[in-house]
Amino acid sequence: MTIPVRRFDAVIVGGGGAGLRAALQLSESGLKTAVLSKVFPTRSHTVAAQGGISASLGNVQEDRWEWHMFDTVKGSDWLGDQDAIEFMCRKAPEAVIELEHFGMPFDRLENGKIYQRPFGGHTQNEGEAPVQRACAAADRTGHAMLHTLYQRNVRANTQFFIEWMALDLIRDEDGDVVGVTALEMETGEVYNFHAKGVLFATGGAGRIYAASTNAFINTGDGLGMSVRAGIPLEDMEFWQFHPTGVAGAGVLITEGVRGEGGILLNANGERFMERYAPNLKDLAPRDFVARSMEQEVLEGRGCGPNKDHVLLKLDHLGPDIIKQRLPGIREIAIKFAGVDPIKEPIPVIPTCHYMMGGIPTNYRGEVVIPKGDNPEARVNGFYAAGECACASVHGANRLGTNSLLDLVVFGKSAGDSMVEFIKSEMPTWKPLPANAGQISLDRIARLDNQTGGEEVADVRAAMQRTVQARAAVFRNSENLALGVKEIQEVAERVKRTQIKDKSKVFNTARVEALELENLIEVAVATLISAEARKESRGAHAHADYQERDDEVWMKHTLYYGEDRRLTYKPVHTKPLSVEYIAPKVRTF
Amino acid sequence: MTDFDPIELKRIRWRSRRGLLELDLVLERFLANGFEQLTTAELFAYQKCLDLDDNDFLDYVNGKAEVDDPELAHIIGILRAA
Ligand SMILES: Cc1cc2nc3c(=O)[nH]c(=O)nc-3n(C[C@H](O)[C@H](O)[C@H](O)COP(=O)(O)OP(=O)(O)OC[C@H]3O[C@@H](n4cnc5c(N)ncnc54)[C@H](O)[C@@H]3O)c2cc1C
Repeated sequence: MTIPVRRFDAVIVGGGGAGLRAALQLSESGLKTAVLSKVFPTRSHTVAAQGGISASLGNVQEDRWEWHMFDTVKGSDWLGDQDAIEFMCRKAPEAVIELEHFGMPFDRLENGKIYQRPFGGHTQNEGEAPVQRACAAADRTGHAMLHTLYQRNVRANTQFFIEWMALDLIRDEDGDVVGVTALEMETGEVYNFHAKGVLFATGGAGRIYAASTNAFINTGDGLGMSVRAGIPLEDMEFWQFHPTGVAGAGVLITEGVRGEGGILLNANGERFMERYAPNLKDLAPRDFVARSMEQEVLEGRGCGPNKDHVLLKLDHLGPDIIKQRLPGIREIAIKFAGVDPIKEPIPVIPTCHYMMGGIPTNYRGEVVIPKGDNPEARVNGFYAAGECACASVHGANRLGTNSLLDLVVFGKSAGDSMVEFIKSEMPTWKPLPANAGQISLDRIARLDNQTGGEEVADVRAAMQRTVQARAAVFRNSENLALGVKEIQEVAERVKRTQIKDKSKVFNTARVEALELENLIEVAVATLISAEARKESRGAHAHADYQERDDEVWMKHTLYYGEDRRLTYKPVHTKPLSVEYIAPKVRTF
Repeated sequence: MTDFDPIELKRIRWRSRRGLLELDLVLERFLANGFEQLTTAELFAYQKCLDLDDNDFLDYVNGKAEVDDPELAHIIGILRAA
């Protein structure tokens, strides 16, 4: 069967903040650029970002990019690459001002400059005092960013393929990336997109966890496609969690609830945080509270029929405080937990929020993988930016508001690298390999012909339960080893999923089955990478190895899907222009 | 819902996937329970909701914002109860 071909200079997969910023760079340079997106671009998950975007503008208090850099290195627990971090923090003011010039409606100070809010982890002079560094557009920063960038792209003649799902990367015999296959949902047809350069900006993969703040669309497609094409994934053991998401839903309950006096209880009605943190109790740091909650669950003191969550009790505060000081919380609890917190406690569980790992890139947005002696050889024609990429600026833990910054700085940088590559190294297209697209057709045919298989929803639930139970915030050797075994069993089941609806047009069941094939790659990578890392660093807190071990473990994990093997590569300790920031014990 | 184009119905199901988790949860519940019973007029109104920006849509569904458009008010009422 011949697969129809569409040809572009550049193909961007993903229309969130990172994809749109990169596309703009390409279209404005006159290259013929396509953006593929599963959903309308302004409905990408970037729309969920409320907190803001960081930049050391110093509009409210004195600030410097060097201080921003220090906070980011420290936040990363010294796993971030310092050249990439310097690049991002230095570029931040320019990137935000550029968004302002594009028309993004930032909140302003009386003097007309962009207002900046305080945010956890943002400090002056290496932790001396908090600094206001987060720029926001009311509580709709992500939304405003998407709209602004989308409009600019329309003006620059970027060609959008909306409701198209990229399925697989096309690499030729040299290993160069020459395109991507994609499914047009409206017709069910598969196309080969032939390109001089391909950029992945497919966002996060939080749906591998049972408890996730991520929208359903965050299925790690870019990571799955990379793994299937032989590209390793970097630092997949590092996931950021929020302690209090509504159990079974994922919707966040703000920290403010505990600040106002809400307390956490286990199945025995015990206020267990008194045991773990006698002084701070329920107000201990986020990751500490989350780990304590999970320990209660693991030791059998969880609540509910599956004993899988704890309770957040508010009723003792009285209806007036709940209504006045915690607006919206009652509505969230009623709608998503089915309980009225004025009368009953809210079931909560540590909830996955952000993926620090991803497709390995350098700060130019080029995908880099080990080749011979070189741990970071460029894959010609392949780029990644945003949450799906690992530059690595977030290292073992992301600083709040650094993600939106990452999208625009590395989206632009990757776009620039692509323009340079296409204009100077790719006068014409490399030919598509003869079997281009066959793997995608085979995947679809397998689904259509599968008999005696399992429902996608059942296998997905099994995957989510496993990852949640084995690789959430509380990790130990025994649990991780079990997880490695269990997730590989689930992976076998993914190979036999079955769908009832075999129609072509807008077949959501087929899309979900294909997404699960991406999620499972991310889930297996997460467990195998986490099991191997025998230290505690950032978001990877290991009960059997509680210290950070820079001697042995200050290195990036690389996971290869074909034989589920790991290798490692060094952390970049050389910033671009400033002195190396040497490791310190992380205290707050 | 009999005279509604079946392909359009499938498109609507896909477009009910949103950028905000809260909407995904509400709409998933609604698609499983209530969607099949919509009249043609309600389906047209639901389609119109799907064109809203996610934040506006959620504010309506949460009751944080008033729905001025009478055509949407009824369907949003159904979603609020979902
Ligand atoms: C609730 C919440 C609040 C947050 N708040 C903040 C904040 O205040 N500040 C901050 O800095 N960060 C925040 N973050 C993190 C930040 O929002 C995300 O990391 C970031 O928006 C990801 O952007 P992206 O461009 O990489 O991907 P996304 O915005 O997720 O976009 C991914 C795009 O890829 C497309 N896509 C995916 N797979 C395919 C495929 N197979 N084929 C075609 N297209 C595909 C999708 O359609 C979409 O267009 C928050 C995250 C959450 C969950």
